[in-house]
Amino acid sequence: MRLIIRSDYNEVSEYISTYVKNRINEFKPTKERPFVLGLPTGSSPIGLYKNLVKYHKNGELSFKHVVTFNMDEYVGLPRDHPESYHSFMWHHLFKHIDIEPRNVNILDGNAENLSEECARFEKKIKDIGGVELFIGGIGPDGHIAFNEPGSSLMSRTRVKTLAYDTILANSRFFDNDINKVPRMALTVGVGTVMDSREVAVIITGAHKALALAKCIEEGVNHMFTVSAIQLHSKALIVCDEDATLELHVKTVKYFKSIEHVINNLIGAENVGLQGNIH
Amino acid sequence: MPFQSSEKTRQNRNSRLIKIVNGRIVRNHTIINDDVLYIHDGKIIDPQNHFFACGNPPDVLINAKGLLIAPGYIDVQINGAFGVDFSVWKGDKQMKEGLDKIAKGLVKYGCTSFVPTIVSSHKEVYHQVLPTLKPRKGNKDNGAEVLGVHVEGPFITSSQLGAHEESCLRAAPNGINDFVDIYGLHELKDNPIKIITVAPDVEGVLDSLEELVNFGITVSIGHSSATVFQAESAIEKGAKCITHLFNAMQQFHHRDPGIVGLLGTTRITRPFYGIICDGIHVHPNSIKIAYDSNPKGAILVTDAMAALGLPPGEYTLGGISVRKSGNEKVEVVENGKLAGSVISIDACVKNFKKFTGCSVIEAIEAATLHPAELLGIQNFKGTLNVGADADFVFLDDDLNVVKCFIAGEEISTS
Ligand SMILES: [Zn+2]
Repeated sequence: MRLIIRSDYNEVSEYISTYVKNRINEFKPTKERPFVLGLPTGSSPIGLYKNLVKYHKNGELSFKHVVTFNMDEYVGLPRDHPESYHSFMWHHLFKHIDIEPRNVNILDGNAENLSEECARFEKKIKDIGGVELFIGGIGPDGHIAFNEPGSSLMSRTRVKTLAYDTILANSRFFDNDINKVPRMALTVGVGTVMDSREVAVIITGAHKALALAKCIEEGVNHMFTVSAIQLHSKALIVCDEDATLELHVKTVKYFKSIEHVINNLIGAENVGLQGNIH
Repeated sequence: MPFQSSEKTRQNRNSRLIKIVNGRIVRNHTIINDDVLYIHDGKIIDPQNHFFACGNPPDVLINAKGLLIAPGYIDVQINGAFGVDFSVWKGDKQMKEGLDKIAKGLVKYGCTSFVPTIVSSHKEVYHQVLPTLKPRKGNKDNGAEVLGVHVEGPFITSSQLGAHEESCLRAAPNGINDFVDIYGLHELKDNPIKIITVAPDVEGVLDSLEELVNFGITVSIGHSSATVFQAESAIEKGAKCITHLFNAMQQFHHRDPGIVGLLGTTRITRPFYGIICDGIHVHPNSIKIAYDSNPKGAILVTDAMAALGLPPGEYTLGGISVRKSGNEKVEVVENGKLAGSVISIDACVKNFKKFTGCSVIEAIEAATLHPAELLGIQNFKGTLNVGADADFVFLDDDLNVVKCFIAGEEISTS
């Protein structure tokens, strides 16, 4: 696992967006061999999406042959509701870029048969050959997508009842009326994310410091589901200084020293995007 | 048949999905910087819904390069342009050609819909002209949309004649029957009259107002010496607008402010008012007073005559020799009197902003949203909301028209 520490949210966004851009461009996607990207919603990726839109408008990045899978969607919320994840993705990313609508995959929280919808989603990921890069954010309790504490680390895409805390936290987006907050969501499983060939997680802010520490300094634990990335062979965490507050000084220094060695002793030009030596 | 094939091409063009990016969209009283427009079948559609529901990508991508995207301008009072006068009948063919010329010519001013206006005329002229000026869709072949006709008179006051012909004026002692008779309303399947300008102080007018409104006609008051009491009565009976405010009405008098006094009414809803923003027909300060009294009621009209769009020079229009100097002024050669307005609607928008100090949005709305609201067509015209006709302009920050689109198709403005 690689841990990249940047000073603040903007620099974190800059790093991860440059990374995504370079990964896609290096991949040279085609119609037959698209780049398959997993995407999150929430506050963590907003800066990332902003930069990706900027790259697209500058002509540095095309999504023509990019296929996306989103992590989750509420159940029963109209697709065009301002708080739906469809709306989020439309406003922050899709409307600004050249992605083909048929290459966009978001779970349908209004499907008649929700379990079938989840199975269809899993199958689609499998049929296209898996996700090349899954990007995620985490909650303060270390959950990834809607895989809240206690979720199986083997879990697949499924219907999930939200924790009361999550419903309460989300009520701020629904006129502070807890009765308007959806109680269920469709979400990819921890297993679904971990099956991707690469996982990148954005973690920023002091309120996520404990989660970051639990996820990388302690054992794999279903109470902090993102800790499953310890078992992933190509995992990247990009965090800001605030998010490192609960880490040991030794941990922070160790990961910073790795970057130092790469940049100053080996030379960044000799190291591939995913850390491989040329 | 050539007509059919061109119709077919148009339909094919229209079935394309157009996406417009990087524009600053004037919508909902604000400028939206980070949204896109999707256009299909000549209408503005919901882009998010289309993206997730239909799945086909845009066929045409237009980069607005940071320009403002505003609804196309609507002119509800225009007597003619490019040498053509709607009130002069030379025959069916000539009127149709004249209409085409104007509908296409106005596009360069950002005008995407207009209401051809006929001044007080004799009965036979109405019977000839009205059927020719029926509402007609705007598109690449037709140019700007014809929304119907504005009949200004003949039920107006002789003391506020303006440029009208006194011998044409009428009163309405028989109420609505006099209106039906002179315009020939009973003979027309679809009533082409959208707006009527009447004087409330003319006999029979006030009593006919409600019936006119029931005909689906928008009533505006003007060319009138009505008292403020008569003016308010007209509004209460359903009139919604004042025709070219300040021109051809009583001067403001503090004891009886007349029609102008509607700007200060608190008893009833203040009506819309058309206003000529050429800086000649109305002093800029007067425009500012009107705007401050009722900013949501301002409707910019050109009230243009046939010399609009013609180069400076001397012309014989409607039998009168006129001289056009510069782009703003046209006088009767014989006596030097103003022969009417020759301002274009885009220039009105710029002037209105300059004269009143209003925002870009307010200036644009005075030539888009407000006239659409006056006619009750704001769901289709005058906005860029989902479901509206895709009539819009690209404007630079100085409100110059850069591009003009009607029913989703770019129309050459050169
Ligand atoms: Zn007039």
